[in-house]
Amino acid sequence: MCRRPPGLDGCRKGKQTAMGWTVPQSLEAEIDALVARYPVKRSASLMVLHALQRHFGWLSQQAIEWTAQKLGLQPIHIYELVTFYPMFRQEPVGRWQIKVCRTLSCWLAGSHELHRRLCERLGLDPHRQGPQTTADGRFTVEFVECLACCHTAPVVMINDDLWERVSLEQVESWLTRPEQLAASAPAQAS
Amino acid sequence: MSTAAPASQLMGDGVRPATETIRIRVNGREVEVPKTMPDWQGKPVPTTMLQACEWAGVTVPHYCYHPKLPVAGNCRMCLVEYGTPALGPDRQPILNPDGTPRIVKSPRPAIACATPVTPGMEIYTDTPGVKAMRAGVLEFLLINHPLDCPICDQAGECKLQEYALDYGEAFSRFGEAKVHKPKAVDLGPRIVFDAERCILCTRCIRFTRDIVGDDALGIVHRGSYSTIATAPGRAFDNNYTLNTVDLCPVGALTSRDFRFRMRVWFLKETPSICPSCGTGCNIRIGSRQGRIYRYTPRPNDAVNSHWMCDYGRLNYKWIHRPDRLQKVEIRGRVSSWELASDQILQQLRVASPGSVGLVASARLSNEELWLLSRLKARLHALSDAVPREGEGDALLLHADRNPNTQGARLTGVCYTEMGSQLPLIWERIRTGQIRILLVFGEDVIRQGCDPASLDQLEMLVVCDVLPNATTAKAHFLLPGCAPAEKSGTFTNVHGRVQRFHAAIPPPGEARPEWQFLAEWVTRLTGESLPGHLPGLFNRMASEVRAFQGLTWSELGDLGRLVPV
Repeated sequence: MCRRPPGLDGCRKGKQTAMGWTVPQSLEAEIDALVARYPVKRSASLMVLHALQRHFGWLSQQAIEWTAQKLGLQPIHIYELVTFYPMFRQEPVGRWQIKVCRTLSCWLAGSHELHRRLCERLGLDPHRQGPQTTADGRFTVEFVECLACCHTAPVVMINDDLWERVSLEQVESWLTRPEQLAASAPAQAS
Repeated sequence: MSTAAPASQLMGDGVRPATETIRIRVNGREVEVPKTMPDWQGKPVPTTMLQACEWAGVTVPHYCYHPKLPVAGNCRMCLVEYGTPALGPDRQPILNPDGTPRIVKSPRPAIACATPVTPGMEIYTDTPGVKAMRAGVLEFLLINHPLDCPICDQAGECKLQEYALDYGEAFSRFGEAKVHKPKAVDLGPRIVFDAERCILCTRCIRFTRDIVGDDALGIVHRGSYSTIATAPGRAFDNNYTLNTVDLCPVGALTSRDFRFRMRVWFLKETPSICPSCGTGCNIRIGSRQGRIYRYTPRPNDAVNSHWMCDYGRLNYKWIHRPDRLQKVEIRGRVSSWELASDQILQQLRVASPGSVGLVASARLSNEELWLLSRLKARLHALSDAVPREGEGDALLLHADRNPNTQGARLTGVCYTEMGSQLPLIWERIRTGQIRILLVFGEDVIRQGCDPASLDQLEMLVVCDVLPNATTAKAHFLLPGCAPAEKSGTFTNVHGRVQRFHAAIPPPGEARPEWQFLAEWVTRLTGESLPGHLPGLFNRMASEVRAFQGLTWSELGDLGRLVPV
């Protein structure tokens, strides 16, 4: 077994169940259909990973090995992709995944303030790099690069929903009543 | 094709230089280069600028380019400026007033490793622009480099060091904190990786993917954090991993075996042949003060390209085992070569035909095996050599683990089917027909000879390197040499006769076998033999039909093929 540095080896960070990791039949059928769309199996790598992440919430080492085997590749080929793209997760994420834009427009509009407030309210460390998840597994907070919505800065993405012109009051409201997040459609500019 | 051209070394035996040539200019000097040259697989492809420059004797610095690996073009160190002849609307070159073609300089540089040359092209490698680009590339490479040359194994054979000296700036403008990456990572059992020194040229990835076919390595993470790695839980562990240490232009990949053992500039490098299998990979032995520190492959396209296997590379430690045979012994008592030779020859002279058995090792050199076959002929002895089989692979490692099986056959020490006479020899020892047994470099007891039958012999002469059950029973024990301690030639499985040279002196009283064998043959037959190895080889070549026409000097460093 190779000795690896802590921190750069994302695969070890997540909790894994060594036994019983299986891909349900319906998901496998969906993935098979995805793979069939490409003339070369390897081209389906990203789509397969997205499908797995959509289902499991994150990409475990088993998911990586499974994908490699599915596509007739070596695990390193998939591991390269998973470590390259920050939107692939190598550890479980919270029920609500809050991505705060930190690129220039949002930064000027106070996104760091939003991030700090989120972290403080959730008991996370605002100075730590990378995504952080609360102990109860409900929230994951992280900074991301530009979400391509500079005109309504600051913006925050929660799961797949974009929230624009986010204020500190809105942050408070999310944290006190998170149920509204799951139900709500993408926010309209108010 | 001029043999003096450095580029000619890139070409394999089987690859003929293209007859078609094109004229280009390198730094203003006109050169004629082949239109096509071999790519990494030896296939003729359009000549690249880098190959053309080497052909012209102009050095183009590079990291990621390697003649035996697919071109990646990622290091940007080989950037050159170039121009092509301007063409008019009629597709004819526009001429200057003096009749020369007008050259349009490209506004952008090109990577020499991946850009083919075209007729009339002009390549510039010494312009201020090229110098600035090289300095710029080096500055980027050194931004996050730890600059730990004093404790780095690569120092002394490091391309980063060399190019920084030749083309780089003497100071760093980088005042920020460097990115820190993993250090001393075990990529596999034999490879230690320092990610901070890595320049991400991907030579190791391409080697293991395209040469070995074991896709174990890749680049993980992104940007400044990009790192060579294996997949989690997987080790970089095939039989060719140590070649990546040679390939690595910097000190990122180091050999667990060689790391921190010796500064490379202290090593004496002796051209030799790997004795671990019948392939006969060309190697360099790195030694200092009588001690071997490493084997590295020596390029020979006809045999091993630029590679060797890990098994062969690390199979040298036995040479320095403390229990090496170092003294001449007569019936267990320390004696001298003179006394032993006198007594052995005295008995051999009076031995009746058929009463002598001879077991040789196919690890001996051609010359030694030939001398043994001369002894065999003089004594009418029954002789054979011992086959040694292992598991081979598709790349270099051969199933025949004897380095000189063909030599044993061609010199007549054994039949084509090596080992076929061994049972007969054991039988005749047992029945007392064989009274004298000469053993060179093998353990006959391990090969099936009844140990008790050896006690009946009148004389048992054993020459070996390490002690074994047979050496323990020897009446005359003669300390022999490892291939690294003597010179000679091996004939590989395909019939290539290749020279090896003594890298270190033998321990104690040990002597190269050919030296005392030549003396024995002279004293037994009265024929005078040359007292030096080249002469002995030439004499052998004139007498052994398969080696006819070969001379020691003509073998050169790459050997010659003989029919087998």
